[in-house]
Amino acid sequence: MEKSIRERLLPILEANQGHKESLIPVLQKVQGELGYLPEESLSEIAHFLGLSSSEIFGVASFYAQFRFERQGEHTIKVCQGTACHVRGAKRIMEAVAQELNVEPGGTTADYKFSLEQVACFGCCALAPVLVIDGQVHGRMTTSGARKVLEDY
Amino acid sequence: MTFDERRKQAISDWEALQQSDKPHILVGMATCGRAAGAAAVLATIKEELARLGIEALITEVGCIGMCYAEPLVDIIKPGRPRISYGNLTPETVKQLIEEYLVNDNPRPDLAMGTIGEGSVEGIPELAELPIMKPQVRISLRNCGHIDPADINQYIANGGYSGLIRALKMTQKEVIDEVSKSGLRGRGGAGAFTGFKWERLWEQPGDVKYLICNADEGDPGAFMDRSLLEGDPHSVLEGMLIGAYATGSSHGYIYCRAEYPLAIQRLETALKQMEEYNLIGDNILGTDLSFNLEIKEGAGAFVCGEETALMMSIEGKRGMPRPRPPFPAQSGLWGKPSNVNNVETWANVSAIFQRDAEWYAQYGTESSKGTKTFALAGKVVRTGLVEVPMGITVGDIIYEVGGGIVNNKEFRAVLTGGPSGGCLPASKLNLPVDYDSLTQAGTIMGSGGFVVADEDTCMVDMARYFLSFTQDESCGKCVPCRVGTRHMLDILERITRGEGQPSDIDLLERLATTIKSTSLCQLGGTAPNPVLTTLRYFREEYEEHIVEKRCRALACTELIKFFILPDKCQGCMICLRNCPVDAIIGDRRMVHIVDQEKCIKCGTCMDVCPDRFSAVVKVSAEEIEVPSEPIPVTASRPATKKEDAGETATND
Repeated sequence: MEKSIRERLLPILEANQGHKESLIPVLQKVQGELGYLPEESLSEIAHFLGLSSSEIFGVASFYAQFRFERQGEHTIKVCQGTACHVRGAKRIMEAVAQELNVEPGGTTADYKFSLEQVACFGCCALAPVLVIDGQVHGRMTTSGARKVLEDY
Repeated sequence: MTFDERRKQAISDWEALQQSDKPHILVGMATCGRAAGAAAVLATIKEELARLGIEALITEVGCIGMCYAEPLVDIIKPGRPRISYGNLTPETVKQLIEEYLVNDNPRPDLAMGTIGEGSVEGIPELAELPIMKPQVRISLRNCGHIDPADINQYIANGGYSGLIRALKMTQKEVIDEVSKSGLRGRGGAGAFTGFKWERLWEQPGDVKYLICNADEGDPGAFMDRSLLEGDPHSVLEGMLIGAYATGSSHGYIYCRAEYPLAIQRLETALKQMEEYNLIGDNILGTDLSFNLEIKEGAGAFVCGEETALMMSIEGKRGMPRPRPPFPAQSGLWGKPSNVNNVETWANVSAIFQRDAEWYAQYGTESSKGTKTFALAGKVVRTGLVEVPMGITVGDIIYEVGGGIVNNKEFRAVLTGGPSGGCLPASKLNLPVDYDSLTQAGTIMGSGGFVVADEDTCMVDMARYFLSFTQDESCGKCVPCRVGTRHMLDILERITRGEGQPSDIDLLERLATTIKSTSLCQLGGTAPNPVLTTLRYFREEYEEHIVEKRCRALACTELIKFFILPDKCQGCMICLRNCPVDAIIGDRRMVHIVDQEKCIKCGTCMDVCPDRFSAVVKVSAEEIEVPSEPIPVTASRPATKKEDAGETATND
């Protein structure tokens, strides 16, 4: 039988019981385990850390890293930093969005891909850049981006 | 083992490595190298060595800064100088391994340059290359040369000797040495480091915090990432010296989550420091006790602001608070604290490994030492360069960077990221130091240096930066939250061609108000890109507003694509590739863009064969085309050469 959210989070939450200052690392670990932060996870965290759910949502929604909806199997992040912008990142984003038929920030209907825009990966010398599941692809073109997607 | 014994061991190991009778191969495995395919190159090297039965030593190093030539591999053959090879692929590295290591052909065609004594025919000295020659590498001293995961290689190259020197001085003497060096904060604002340390040192109390700001948020800068990936100990040694000088017992490194490799390198470094008694209680047998923790950011630009950063470490929303009280009085958890940037810390360790006079010989009167810049955008040689303060903007772009890609016209350089500004061609002679840049309306910032060419619209650039800061505004104070929103609305309106003549005045008024009334420097500097573009590129704003024209042909709403009837061959390529079926025509019939349907993605222009060059992009201009497809009349161009140099089609 599939484990409940509470069971999956117990090791993370017990290790940080009562540690309010660990909220951000806890949210990161919970998202690492579940892929996103479902509502139920927020109340579990609230219970173990001694905070209210609204405080937790306040912090989680402040930071760009946290997601509240189920994510796709693969995460595609298209860099929109200055160097990438100057070198045509907007068109890379448009090409990927069109290819996958999904808006930036969204997830494809089959939950295969989530598409995000990110401020900067620090790979500016190889701009424009896109990152799929942590793997950085530099010196992208619109056709190059479509080709990279074919591997998934 | 005492530290001295470990140091001796490290030096003898390092010398043995340099004099090894086996070939030594260094592979640049920083994030930029990986993005360019270094992992595949490394795998090929290993395969080839195994296939050829060659025993060689392989070291994974950080980035030497020549990112434009990634992936980079250096080979040291016994008795030969080290040779750097660039732009390698698995295919070329395969040839290189066999030809150089077996047949002794150093392949000058693949080489960038030699490092160290001796020369190789046909290969220049790396230090003499235009990108390297103006550089003085102080904070980047070890990047690309040592294994960042091996503390011994750092120690063998003078590492931690700065700490040992500092520990023999009094706290005040250490602070005075920093003040004497003239070091100013490399995160952007340029506060004197010695001054900040002294404020913390003066504070009574046992608990003081020292923080390393590695939340490199400027989208277009990567100095801190490269430094942490290539030489983490240089930063950590600087922090230990700071801890001793200020009497701090606990420290944090706040690193952005987008830099997983940097975090991994820091974790490895901290483990090794523990083993060497360089962290924890009674460091190296002295009274100094210092603990260090890594905190991962969660994606918020405002957390680069020191008071917001401390809120984030406390597990809260990263929102700034008014100063005073300054962090030295009341910082993290209400205790005296000090925040310095990654590059500042790496400079501290360098200053103590040598001395303050040596450091202060570089730079200008008010800005001592060197600054690392992340050279990116439309410049030929992109990468990380460390140059003495006072070098001119033009020298960085043209000497170090090799000029503009495809010989296009220089338009602007963007320094300091979203908090900085855009400098025009008339400022190419401006010396790069804190004060000159501020006078010109921009800021030094953390070191982002993005070059824009004639294809970049400066109004769109201002809009881009404003949309970034607007998005990242924490929302606590009204001028920043509401003011940047209004500025962005106006800029969007102008780039859409709906600008009003009064918009320029309105932008200037909003900018001045936001600058003087925002709570923190995110809002305080957010209008800079708009103010500098209004100052140096005002005519572009006017063109957008009055003529509805974008000279860079970048603002989508102000451009149109046309297919030239006298050039179109009716080949159907653009017609088939158009994502919205906005092109009508048939085989051997002149194609026509349906302006109603066109989304201006530019695909037609990209795919139209160079020898036809039938697609053009114009702004505030109409081109006469037939109302419906007519038979092709243009004769087919004979060769590709004849068409070269005609209407530009592809970017």
